[in-house]
Order: sequence, then C-alpha cells, then structure tokens
Amino acid sequence: MLKSKTFVKKTRAGGVMKIVREHYLRDDIWCGSEICAECKQESAVLQTDASIESDLCSYPHYVIPDTNVVLHQIDVLEDPVIRNVIILQTVLQEVRHRSAPVYKRLKDIIHEQEKHFYTFTNEHHRETFIEREPGESANDSNDRAIRVAAKWYSQHLKKAESEADGLKVVLLTNDQGNKQKAEESGLLVYRFEEYIKSLLGNPELVDRLALSNDDKHDITSSKVLFPEHLHLSRIQAGIKSGTFLQGTFRASRDNYLEATVFVQGEGEDSTEVLIQGLQNLNRAVYQDLVAVQLLPRSQWVAPSSVVLQDEGAAKDDNEEDKEEEDEEKSLRISAAAEAARKPTGQIVGIIKRNWRPFCGMLNLSQIKESTRHLFTPADRRIPRIRIETRQASTLAGQRIMVAIDGWPKHSRYPNGHFVRSLGNAGDKETEQEVLLLEHDIPHQAFSQAVLSFLPKMPWAITPEDMGRREDLRLLTVCSVDPPGCTDIDDALHCRELDNGNLEVGVHIADVSHFIRPGNAMDKEAASRGTTVYLCGKRIDMVPELLSSNLCSLRSNVERLAFSCIWEMNHKAEIIKTRFTKSVIKSKASLTYAEAQMMIDDSTKNDDITKSLRGLNKLAKVLKRKRIEKGALTLSSLEVRFHIDSETHDPIDLQTKELMETNSMVEEFMLLANISVARKIYDEFPDCAMLRKHPAPPPSNYDILLKAAKSKDVEIHTDSAKALADSLDVARVDGFPYFNTLLRILATRCMMQAVYFCSGMDSDFHHYGLASAIYTHFTSPIRRYADIIVHRLLAVAIAADSTYPDLMDKQKQSALSINLNYRHKMSQYAQRASVAFHTQLFFKSRGILNEEGFVLFVRKNAIIVLIPKFGLEGTVFFDAKDKAGPNLHFDEEGPTLKVEQHTFHIFDMVKVTISLDASNIQHQKIRMSLIEPVISGVSVPAPDVEPLAKKPKLDR
Amino acid sequence: MVCGNMAGLELLSDQGYRLDGRKASELRKVQARMGVFAQADGSAYLEQGNTKALAVVYGPHEIRGSRSWIRHDRAVINCQYSMATFSTAERKRRPHGDRKSTEMSLHLKQTFEAAVMTQLYPRSQIDIYVKILQSDGGNYSVCVNAATLAVIDAGIPMRDYVCACSVGFVDETPLADLCYAEESGGVSSLALALLPRGGQIALLQMDARLHQDHLDALIEAAMTACKGVGKVLDEVVRLHLKEVSVLTGE
Ligand SMILES: [Zn+2]
Repeated sequence: MLKSKTFVKKTRAGGVMKIVREHYLRDDIWCGSEICAECKQESAVLQTDASIESDLCSYPHYVIPDTNVVLHQIDVLEDPVIRNVIILQTVLQEVRHRSAPVYKRLKDIIHEQEKHFYTFTNEHHRETFIEREPGESANDSNDRAIRVAAKWYSQHLKKAESEADGLKVVLLTNDQGNKQKAEESGLLVYRFEEYIKSLLGNPELVDRLALSNDDKHDITSSKVLFPEHLHLSRIQAGIKSGTFLQGTFRASRDNYLEATVFVQGEGEDSTEVLIQGLQNLNRAVYQDLVAVQLLPRSQWVAPSSVVLQDEGAAKDDNEEDKEEEDEEKSLRISAAAEAARKPTGQIVGIIKRNWRPFCGMLNLSQIKESTRHLFTPADRRIPRIRIETRQASTLAGQRIMVAIDGWPKHSRYPNGHFVRSLGNAGDKETEQEVLLLEHDIPHQAFSQAVLSFLPKMPWAITPEDMGRREDLRLLTVCSVDPPGCTDIDDALHCRELDNGNLEVGVHIADVSHFIRPGNAMDKEAASRGTTVYLCGKRIDMVPELLSSNLCSLRSNVERLAFSCIWEMNHKAEIIKTRFTKSVIKSKASLTYAEAQMMIDDSTKNDDITKSLRGLNKLAKVLKRKRIEKGALTLSSLEVRFHIDSETHDPIDLQTKELMETNSMVEEFMLLANISVARKIYDEFPDCAMLRKHPAPPPSNYDILLKAAKSKDVEIHTDSAKALADSLDVARVDGFPYFNTLLRILATRCMMQAVYFCSGMDSDFHHYGLASAIYTHFTSPIRRYADIIVHRLLAVAIAADSTYPDLMDKQKQSALSINLNYRHKMSQYAQRASVAFHTQLFFKSRGILNEEGFVLFVRKNAIIVLIPKFGLEGTVFFDAKDKAGPNLHFDEEGPTLKVEQHTFHIFDMVKVTISLDASNIQHQKIRMSLIEPVISGVSVPAPDVEPLAKKPKLDR
Repeated sequence: MVCGNMAGLELLSDQGYRLDGRKASELRKVQARMGVFAQADGSAYLEQGNTKALAVVYGPHEIRGSRSWIRHDRAVINCQYSMATFSTAERKRRPHGDRKSTEMSLHLKQTFEAAVMTQLYPRSQIDIYVKILQSDGGNYSVCVNAATLAVIDAGIPMRDYVCACSVGFVDETPLADLCYAEESGGVSSLALALLPRGGQIALLQMDARLHQDHLDALIEAAMTACKGVGKVLDEVVRLHLKEVSVLTGE
C-alpha cells in the first residue's frame, strides 16, 4: 500500500553544494512500549515493568541516553542490568558517525532481546522532527532533537498512565547546558554517573563508569606535568605548512621512555621519528595518530639499548619524582655517547586516539583504604593506567580489562575505568581470553543479526539449486584431512577417462552460496578474516552451522561445491581446465593416515582406493615438477599437544609428522589455487584478489650463509631454485639433523606472503612456490580471501552476479590490508597459544634436562632449539644481580665466547628447561646450560630422569 | 590508518526506514499537471520527489526530416531527451546529443513505441520532447511518466498508461523509486516501464549483472511500484478531465 498521501513533505538544505533532500515525516512510527494502546505496533520492545532499584527514580522508567553517554559509557550500557532504554535515531546516527566500534556494540545490544533497547526513528516522526535553526550548531540542534523526543515520550506515555504505575522517561546527559534546558522544559534528567550511582542494587556498575571531566579533577593534582596538546586546527595548519609531521605512535616494548612515530610518506617512502622522555612523549599512547615536531638537529639522539620498565609504585603526582629523573638522565647520557643519531622529535598534539580496552592486572595501592590503583597492561607498550575501584582486593590476582578515559596534563598516568574481569590469572580459560583480546581477534559469539542470515533448518538442496549446478554426486569423491577435522573445505576425485587420460577434480565447499555480499554475516566474516586455531580451541570465521555442517564436505551427504576439474595425461600435464558449481556426495572422510594405509594396502582395490592411488601418483609428478622449477620446501617444527580429555591439560607434545598423503592433498590445492588465480586474473585484471610472496632482500640471508659457512657448506641464494638446490645437497657427516636446522634458518629469512589486489600492484611473484601467480581458493570456510576469490570466479563463469565492491580495487585493497592483518595476528595468537601450553606442560614436569642445538648466537645469550619439543629458548649469560662471566661476541662468526668456551651456531648443548613464573603476566620458559660445562656458568644436571622414550630426531 | 568518516550512508536502517524516511516499497510523492504548454499538442509537468520533468508532444503530423523514416504501416516516434543546465547540484553544460542523452532518447523511443497505438497513424510522426528540470534520481522513470501524461494530453491513443519506476537492492530488500543519494550509494538497480493493466513490460534497463534470484524479486517489486505510479497518474488524468470539463462547461 502506498502511504505517500499521508506524508507531509519538508525539505532541508544540506552540504555545501546546494542539494535539496527530501525528508518525509510519518505518523506511523510507534513508541515501542508495552503499555501503549494507541500505537499500532506488532510487538513492543519496552516493558511495562521497567523497574530498577534506584534512589533517584523510584518509579518504573525508560532511559534515554544522549550521544556522549552512549559513546563513553557503552561498557555500562552493555551490562545486563541496564534494560528498557530508548535509543533515538539522532543518537544512533551520531554514534555511527563518530565511532564505528561503539556503533557496532550498540547495534549488538539493540539486537539482543533481553536488553529491551528500542530504536525510535525520531527524525521522521511528525511530532518529533525539528528543523535546524539559523545559527544553531549541529550539536545544539541534535541536543534539542533529543529533548523534543524525550518530551514527546513523557507526554505520550502519560496518556497510558492509568494502566501502568506512573511510567516515566528519564533523560541521561552529562552536558550541563543540555541538562539545564531539559530541566527547564520539565523533563526528568540526570547525569549518567549520578544515575548509575543511584542504582542501589548494583554497586559494581560504578567501577565501570568512564570518568567524566569533573571527576578527573579529584583524582589528580594541579601540578602540570606535560605540555599542552595543540588544538586540531593548529595541528592541521602545521602539517600543511610542514612544521609538524603526522604519524602513528609506536611505543617501545622495552623502554617506557622511548617511542617512534612512523610517518607514512609518498608511496613506499616513509620515515621514523624518535621520541625520548616523558615530556616529549607527551601522553601519546601506542597506536595513536599523533602530530610530531622535529627537534633541532643538535638535540637529536640515538635509540638507547637500555631496558627500562616502569615498575615504580604508584606515586603521588605531587611527590618529587627523583627516581624517574635519574632514569631519564641515564637515558640521555647513554644516548649522547653514540654516534648514530636519528631524527628526534616531540609530540605536540593528538590527531586521533586509538584506545581500546586493555588486558592486564592490578597493582594494589600500598595504602590499604585507597580506592585508586595502578593497572599494568599485559602489553608493555601501553602505559600503566590509574583506575578507581572498590573491589581491588577481589580483583588482585585476576586478569582484568581496563579502558582509558583520558590523560590530563597534570597526571603522570592516564585515568581509566574497570571494564570487566576475565578470571584468575594463570587459568587456561582466562589466559586464552587474554590471548584473543591482546591479538585483537574478534571472538564473541555471533550476533543475532549475523545468525539471522543462516539458512533455515532443515536445509536441503532445492531443485532450483540442482538445476543450476552440475550433478557430480555419482563421482567417487573423498576428503583427506587431519584427524578430528570438522570443517572440511576440500574433497578430491580422480578417474580414468575413455581416452586414457585422467580426470582430476578438486571440490571446494561453496561458501559464497551461503554468504551473500554485504549482509551482516558477510561483514562479520570479512572483519574476522580467518578462522583462528588455538591449542584445543577454534574461533570460527563463520557460524558453526556453516563451518561444521552445511559447508563441510562430509561423507555421505549432499553438499554444494565449487569444482575445479582438470583433464590430465599421465605425466600430470593439464590438457583442459574447467570450473563449475556442483553438487557432490563425498564417499569417505579420511585422515591422512587412513588414506595412506589404503594406498599402501595392496589387497584393496575399491573405487576410493583407486582414486587415491591415481591422485597420489599424479601428486608425486606435480611435486617433482614444482621443485624442479625452484619451489622451496622449508621447515618449521610444528608442535602438537596431546590434551588430556578430562583436565584439558597438555600431557605430551610431539612434532607433527608429515605423510605422503599430506603432500598429495597439498599438491592439488596448490594446483587449484594457481589455475583459479590465472582465470580470475584473465577475467578481471584490475580487481583479482591474489597472493604474493616477495623474494627476500639479499641481506636477509646473511645469517643463513654465515651459519652454513661455519660448517663448510655453501648455500646459493641468487634464486629460489639455487637456494632449494643447495639446501638439498647440504649435508654434514655425522650430523643428520643439520639439514633440518638449515631449513629452519632459511624459513626465518623469508618474507611474509600477502594478499593484494591485482590492479594495485605489478609484482605478483610467489617466491616460495616458484609460481608466477597465486591465490587462495581452497579454504573458504576458514579464510575470507577465498570467499572473494570464489565470488570472482563465479562471476567469471557466469554462475553468480557481481556487486560494486567486488570490482572496486580501492575497496579490495583495503580489504586485503585487513585480511593480512588478521592473518598475521592469528599466527601470533597461535604461537602464543602454543607457548602458553608449552609452559603448562613444563609447569607440570618440573625441571627437565634435554639436548638441543644452538640456533642463534646473540651478544649475551644463545638461542637453543630442542627438536624433541620444537621448543626454542634462550640461555642468558649475564645475570641481573651478580657479576656476569666474561663475554666476547664476534659478529663475523657469529660466535660468542663465554669464559673459555666459544659457542657457534649448530653446536649441540644440554640444557635444563623450567618455567619462570616470577612475573605472572609474562611467564617464560627458562633454559640453563648443563653441557658444555663452563665453571661458574653451567649448572649441574637435575636429578630427574628425562622421559624414557626418546624419539628419533632425523626423518 | 587515517580514519575519516568512511562510514558512508546507511541506505536502509534496521528499523526499515530509508534516508528520506520512506519504507522500502514506498514511492516518493508524485505531483503532476497536464496541459501546461498551450502551443504544443500535448504537455505535462511531473514531479517525483525532487526530480522534475517537462514533457511536450507534437503530432501526429507528416514526416519531417528524411523520407526514409516513413513507415507505411505505422507512425514513427521521435524522442528527444535533455537536461536543464541547472538541473543537478554541480552545474555543467549539457549539450544535446551527448552519449547519455542519446541513449536515454533511444530508451524513451523504445518505451513509447511499445505503448502508443502507432498503427492508427501510418506514414506520420509523433515527437516527444522531455526535459529534466531538476534531477534527484530516477530520471528515466520520471521522463516516462511525464511523457505518458503529455501523450494523453495530446489525445493520442495508447494501449495503456506507461508507468516507470526504478528499484534497487539493499540488504536483500528491494527499494522502490530510488533518489539520487540511493542511486549513487552503490546499489545495484534496474528501471522498469510497465503497461500496468496487462502487465506487459515496455522496457527493462539494468546497470549491473544481478543474480537471477534477485532479478525476479526486483522485477516483482518494480512492477508493484509501477502499478502504484499508474494509480497516481490515473488520478491526475481524471482530475484534469474534470477541470477541463468544468472550464468548457460540459
Ligand atoms: Zn505509543
């Protein structure tokens, strides 16, 4: 039905260009309250019984927060206690405009039914629309719109009052002017803090309040510690004129008095400005976008090599800070001595804060009654934060999250507030949560908005789907994966054709059939970028219904697939390639070991086995060809934990074993990826999403060359092929593990492979795979890049439609940046998770005694690899508290002479392994030298017997 | 990364409202007058939201121009589309005959050849001139709707009104009658001209390759929207007839 007749039309002028936009006002926007009989809403969000125990508002009420309250107090609004809240369209839009993360959190709250948050579209409501008056600022106009809507609600609800017990609306604002005007017009209005403090039943909410400007004064002294930050307009003028530079603030991990500002220049060219000392750092926090002014050349300094941790107790800001001044002085003296001075500057202003909630732990104030405490973030690059809490004794020993509210110029530390507790430090769940948060891995349960885009169950393939796809259900397709894999991305088949050639198919889960461009589920997957695998936990990129069920190519069920099918001869030469959307029905989900056994068992001769043997034979040819072309096979020890099924503690660890079938699957995935890369690049030269692996700069190989030379082995690095060949022949008699060690070192010389958009780059080469072009097509369940590639391929073969963002190289490039970031973080998180479980393992084992090899030699330490555990640890030779041994480091070798003994790379050593838990936030594996025996340095072997069984090291 | 306001516009809110306050299937307000230009055989002025168009019809008359145009079994329809220089926010000179205008003229010609009963006027010509006076999205549709009224005003018989409307696809929802902000917001859209009574499609125009599933839903929505436009046009015509009959004292 058309409603156009009931509209009153108003126009408003917007923007600088004279654009007249239509603005329709309606009388069919409802209030959303259960008590209202007048509005014709289908389902009401706001409850009749909207009571919460408050000594300010003793009546049931709905709350209307203004924009700033939402922006700054979202931590409190998220609490389950806060319900029956009206979010005005004016507020929602302003929040959207000002903070994407808060906007997303707010939308998630609104979607949650138990929260009873109602969005009122006030700007299109006939009675609550206001027009901006001449001379009125946008802010003032928005405030007025909020008051008008609040007023409308209070009158509207009054009509229904007879039914409910005096239901009222309460406006919450921290803006003095707004509050006053609201009071004058007879509204119930409170400051947010005031309201939260009045909630008698929920005193814990008070801790989560972000400090407003007024509160900051009582927490800090009046002494000015830092220079004033310049106003944004002056910063902009300064950047324009070249007096200031704009860049990202990167605090040092090791030295709290030092940082660099990364200034992105034109194109590739960028510079770093060094910042030293509290005054120059001027309250910038890691990742802030800052304006920096270069100091005169005479004041330039060199980065210091000193390690400085801000470990002092919470000082009163009034107190003379003698210690700190001393630290700063020592910094400068040490710096002045060096010749390598760098451009040095000072922070003059903050362009954009990049604060997020931080994980960490509380240092209790020495004053017992004090409610102010310092919080030490787990990330050493973040300064300590002062918070106010009444539950300090409970929170001590827990991992908590704290958000920064502000950093006034008279405060040594930023002020913040407690957000939530993650649990006891050291607990597996807690540490996992910390790990996810610190690596910025989105891991909340999927929101209702996301889940709403899942297919309705029971799901079945419709005749329409079937009609548009190739029916491959009769093919002998099977999948081969690690044990316990539930998200099966890929399946394979191989059969002989009548002409004697072979047909090989790689069938990939058709995820892009389920995830349609631009909807909430797609956006969430794009933001997550990848599934993250931790020890004993998987954080899915897409909801489980898809990842482990509808998209997973399990055996004996019909599944949608995107198939890449080749006709090959027996020399594995491709005769024809085609791509098609299909329906498959896998005949078996095998593990690598099962597939291997079937291939090896000569009594078996069924279709699946025949298919596997065909694949295996071709894979061997493909691999040989690839290696002839110069593809690298490098090595990194991957560790797998045997987890106790009851306690979930790691009980044993072993390095992953590779079977022939691993590389069989891998070969066909590589081939599919390359075939698809060519196809999408041919079709869309400007917007194909590809993956490249740049060749490392020659200097990266220094350490590898030196290490090899020390064993009289020559390594060539002029090309990937030369490197691969020389690694292949690198042998040392009586040292079988040498080759593996060398490959581990070579791996460390490599660059990171990255996604990019073909229209934005000219170098496509994949160095490691020795392929001119490459992409990711084979794992769309767990990588978002593959979904994009699927969409591109589907458009290329006219199986699906395109959409504007897919063909926009700028947008695709921005997406690649996010995907690269998420992949990097997921790798770091995975490593951190392995490290944590390794620690747990050694915690339960006490002190162990193991053999290892020197992997790197440093100025004051050797880094030792224990092949048995795939574990790397550092043996330090300089002790903090006592006089260290005589050390002589020779960079040429590199070698390190400790007293009379000289360490080389690849030396075999014996070490003890134990867990150092002295710093609970940063537990570490400690290694000490047993052999070679160096008096005063090495330690005696511990009494414990090492584990009885010793696995063979070489393979 | 430097973050400006990269949020863009939210074309459809969770509450189901569009930028200008309409719901997904609602049309903009349509206002029209017929017979606004006495010198012509037929004319009409039509506003659909902020898009405003003037349509003028001459004919049927003898073929002017090349004799090779003559069709012995029907009339030839000649359409000319233009935009007033002041019609958009950025003022550019828009000479006649640029590629876009030529294309639009051609589309209008195809549309009206499907609707006008040209076989009644063999060997003659009908000229339809349409000018966009102000542009805020849906230019083609507004031109068609204005021209329909002008053709009716000229007393030239048509099979049915031709009603046109654009639809776009946002968050799996079809939006009817896109305004400029929506058209430029990266929506894949189509425009449809319909003879509402019989449901025949006079012209279908698409900018991007759409998925077949979506296409059906979009066409469905566009047909509903066109029928809505048809009702409004019908009212305009009835009102006009009433006024005319009052004036002539019939
Ligand atoms: Zn109501």
